[in-house]
Amino acid sequence: MSASYVLLGLLARGPKHGYELKQAYDQRLPRAKPLAFGQVYSTLGRLERDGLVTQAGQDQAGGPERTTFAITGDGRATLETWLAEVEAPAPYVTSALLSKVVVALLVADPARATTYLSAQQQAHTGRMRELTRLKSEQDLTVGDLIAVDYALTHLDADLRWLQTALHRVADLHREVQS
Amino acid sequence: MSPLLSARDLTKSYGVQPALRGVDLDLHEGEIVAVRGRSGCGKSTLLHCLSGILRPDGGQVHFRGDRLDDTSEAYRSELRRTRFGVLLQHGHLISELTSAENVALPLMLGGGSRRAALAAAATWLGRLGVAEAAEQTPGQLSGGQLQRVALARAMVTQPAVLFADEPTGALDTLAGELVMKLLGRVAREQGTAVVVVTHDATIAAYAEREIVLLDGRLDPTGLGVAVAVGA
Repeated sequence: MSASYVLLGLLARGPKHGYELKQAYDQRLPRAKPLAFGQVYSTLGRLERDGLVTQAGQDQAGGPERTTFAITGDGRATLETWLAEVEAPAPYVTSALLSKVVVALLVADPARATTYLSAQQQAHTGRMRELTRLKSEQDLTVGDLIAVDYALTHLDADLRWLQTALHRVADLHREVQS
Repeated sequence: MSPLLSARDLTKSYGVQPALRGVDLDLHEGEIVAVRGRSGCGKSTLLHCLSGILRPDGGQVHFRGDRLDDTSEAYRSELRRTRFGVLLQHGHLISELTSAENVALPLMLGGGSRRAALAAAATWLGRLGVAEAAEQTPGQLSGGQLQRVALARAMVTQPAVLFADEPTGALDTLAGELVMKLLGRVAREQGTAVVVVTHDATIAAYAEREIVLLDGRLDPTGLGVAVAVGA
């Protein structure tokens, strides 16, 4: 699971306790699904059990005592291996959007398919507008910008695909009818 | 609030080929509207009818309540020079002039002094982050710089409406993003309304709303295609 590797990556820059790790995670991956505190500690527990991190002392700077963790040699090697592994492009195309559009074009009548597809398109463009406003109007961190770009680019890809699919089907219909 | 620019039932044909078949549009002060649709759907024709470059065959265009479409070419030309700004895909700067001279040109054509026009041009080039390009000619500029100079030229007369036709079509993602951010910012600061024609959803997302054309008509579904099923 990638959260373990992100925590290893954060620890590779220096020892941290759980609270600092949670903060650093949220700062680096600001638009990702938030990492719960419980998940930080359970992940650290697993990494410690596997010898990838180790306890490096206690930190009590003005608050409750916290255990600081450091990455081990094995942890660095594991992180390097993970970074070097190419993420295989998905062999099968699956998404709820794909399935729904295909089924809508297959079984719905044109009016119902249009209503659904139009609402879907508007949901996508609405979200793109929100993200673009965020990007234009606020001073975002690089982490934020990268995450917003990721979301925008994927929404745009969905819309392009949807348009292409609709044009293909419309062209096919014209050919069949002519 | 009455619209700044409004079009009613616009029609336009090229020979027997209809390009617009009854388009309505209201544009309000300070608003950014994107116009989208498949190639040949009538986007650019609509832009040209709204900006007075083309005279529609039917329907009406009003600017600040005054009818625009049935006025003389000289009047529409004057309006384009003083109240409308135009930004095209490739900038269309004059290659023999420096950036500053290109930006100053609309003011000088309007009778302004060369000195005042160049001072205004310098201010606009600075606002758009291309002050360093002032003495360079278009051939010496990157695509992104060129479009920012072209945007400065379009905005130097402080137009009421800016018409942008695929303004980032020749730019990479980050250069295009910068142009759109600056365009949005200066339009808001000046209260300029913007009509931006684009095929790109990431560019249309800078607008507050979008209209989609399909075969010369507004497509209320926003899909830009007549949905066929049972493939």
